[in-house]
Amino acid sequence: MTVTETPKRERAASGTASSSSSFRALATAMFKGFVRDKATLFFTLPFPLMFLVIFGLIFGDQGASRIEVGVVGDGPVIAALERSEAVELKPIENAATAEEQVRAGDIPAYVTQDGGNVTLRFAASDRTRASTVQGIVSGVVNQANIAATGQAPRFTLDAGQVEDESLQPIQYLAPGILSWAVSIAAVFGSALTVVNWRKKQVLRRLRLAPVRPVTVLGSRVVVSLGVALLQFVVFVAVALLPAFGLRLSGQWWLAIPLLLLGTLAFFSIGMLVGAFCKTEEAASGAANLITLPMAFLSGAFFPIDAIPAWLQTVSNIFPMRHLNDGMLDVMVRGQGAEALALPVLVLVGFTVVVGLLAAKVFRWED
Amino acid sequence: MSPPSALAVSDIRMSYGDVRAVDGVSFEVFQGEFFGILGPNGAGKTTALEIAEGLRKPDAGSVSLFGESPWPRNISLLPRMGVQLQASAFFEKLTAREQLETFGALYGVTSARAGEMLELVGLTDKAGTPEAKLSGGQRQRLSIACALVHDPDIVFLDEPTAALDPQARRNLWDVLREIQARGKTIVYTTHYLDEAEILCDRVAIMDEGRILAMDTPARLVRDLDAATHVILENGALPHEQARALPGAEDVVDNGVSLTISTHTPAPLLSALAERGTLDGLQVRTATLEDVFLELTGREYRA
Ligand SMILES: Nc1ncnc2c1ncn2[C@@H]1O[C@H](COP(=O)(O)OP(=O)(O)OP(=O)(O)O)[C@@H](O)[C@H]1O
Ligand SMILES: [Mg+2]
Repeated sequence: MTVTETPKRERAASGTASSSSSFRALATAMFKGFVRDKATLFFTLPFPLMFLVIFGLIFGDQGASRIEVGVVGDGPVIAALERSEAVELKPIENAATAEEQVRAGDIPAYVTQDGGNVTLRFAASDRTRASTVQGIVSGVVNQANIAATGQAPRFTLDAGQVEDESLQPIQYLAPGILSWAVSIAAVFGSALTVVNWRKKQVLRRLRLAPVRPVTVLGSRVVVSLGVALLQFVVFVAVALLPAFGLRLSGQWWLAIPLLLLGTLAFFSIGMLVGAFCKTEEAASGAANLITLPMAFLSGAFFPIDAIPAWLQTVSNIFPMRHLNDGMLDVMVRGQGAEALALPVLVLVGFTVVVGLLAAKVFRWED
Repeated sequence: MSPPSALAVSDIRMSYGDVRAVDGVSFEVFQGEFFGILGPNGAGKTTALEIAEGLRKPDAGSVSLFGESPWPRNISLLPRMGVQLQASAFFEKLTAREQLETFGALYGVTSARAGEMLELVGLTDKAGTPEAKLSGGQRQRLSIACALVHDPDIVFLDEPTAALDPQARRNLWDVLREIQARGKTIVYTTHYLDEAEILCDRVAIMDEGRILAMDTPARLVRDLDAATHVILENGALPHEQARALPGAEDVVDNGVSLTISTHTPAPLLSALAERGTLDGLQVRTATLEDVFLELTGREYRA
């Protein structure tokens, strides 16, 4: 220990640091803390990505699987059937083989066309699919009949799916698991920082430094927002890979500001958890207890209509529900900014209310 | 004519439930002074210090730091004070240098200062080591460096020399003296009475929430009017002869050594010299430890 210090003062003119230098220093410190903590990093990126990959692979083919129907021969009705894209056609060389396959349950039905005669044979044992096929085929036959008369159809049915084509699992899994990942990072991040800083007396030390509480809070918020952006980029990039096949719709980038608002809402939850919990263990337990049920009930892992109606109503209290709704709308359902009005309103309101509550119960020390 | 006051604490009280942690404490620290608060565990040192820093609101009493009250959080005072808390407060996962840079930035200090501070506390070779991987003593020194990084006018150190090895402790003494030499005011707590005796201009001896005595170490010891102990090897002198020495007041033979108490060591020592029994002789004068014993009736246990 040598004593070679210049006694000159290097304080800023006012005697206190500018807010921006404090802000930058704190944000940098926290960001370094984040990237150097392997466990946090793991739960922020690889862990939720793992779920995206697993779910993506499990449900990957489901959306694409239209009902398969055997066809024998060729003709205008079969051609029309093919154009309708309502069923998957599987050419089979003769009726006998096709019959065998239907009996074996490999395919629910087969169609043959021999001039004006269209034959449909189905397995009554598979009633749902059989009737679907029957309906589709008879529809096509009727259309062909009308076309053959050369008359304009009297009634027309304009049938279309609500979703963008078929909403393949990856289309809802990518935004869903992303919002779950963001909630983990933001809730755990803010809760554990508060608890750890209180336990290790960093909060008291900061209280003794000429730094405004809003600067400390703001720097932590900025780190969480940065992490959320990083998660967005990585998740979307992975989901876009051909193996997963995410297709983004027109104004997908509108999801970014929405995601940042969602991050703020999750952050405020974390602050509330951090205010109540004394130890890191308690805080991560509480954070899990909130994020996981919230993710399940908000449709992060499966479409929201898969849960009972009353639970769907209940799930409206979760910010993730609205984040998911909004992200699905703009990322895959091709909707525009107007679809975000409600989610934005809810997320902002949630953040303000929970944030104020957290500020009220905040403690500098135990 | 005393120098201007840096810190004035008057009659502060603070209870935790039934425990009266601080029970009517008053003291004043002058600018440029090195002031020590001594006392055993639970004496209330930390509590008193934290009230002085403005970290806690006293139940009663008042604090004036450079003429202003530090409570509620007084942001204009903060740049003038440097605080080392008893439990070291660090950011997660940052290296020694980064800790200093981060704390420094909160005060608008350039990052070059971090290097100087590392050198000051002898941690230059640990600059890139994560704080969690420092030894207890190194962490302690880093914590002190963080308290000094913005060149404060008054420094509060809560047991800065706890957990240091003897060498590091002495090095830190040099650092503290150097800080004082630059005109800073130092308020610190310690368990080491010997250390306080060496470093402090004035000390306050605290026990059970009260200040029992406050003065310069030399005057406290002098006022004690305690006996000097002359210690001889066992068998150097028979017990009766020792009792008969000029000025000998009390003689205790503990089987290993013979201890003669006296208030007039000079004639006693010359009598011993005449007998040629100076070999292995030790003279122990009163220390703050004896002052503590006298004040509390208890042996001091750091
Ligand atoms: N947060 C707290 N809650 C309850 N009691 C407390 C708290 N902090 C301190 N005390 C009590 O107040 C008394 C004084 O504690 P304090 O920490 O001021 O002592 P100290 O002199 O600094 O001790 P040490 O030398 O061990 O650091 C002790 O009896 C302690 O148990
Ligand atoms: Mg203490």
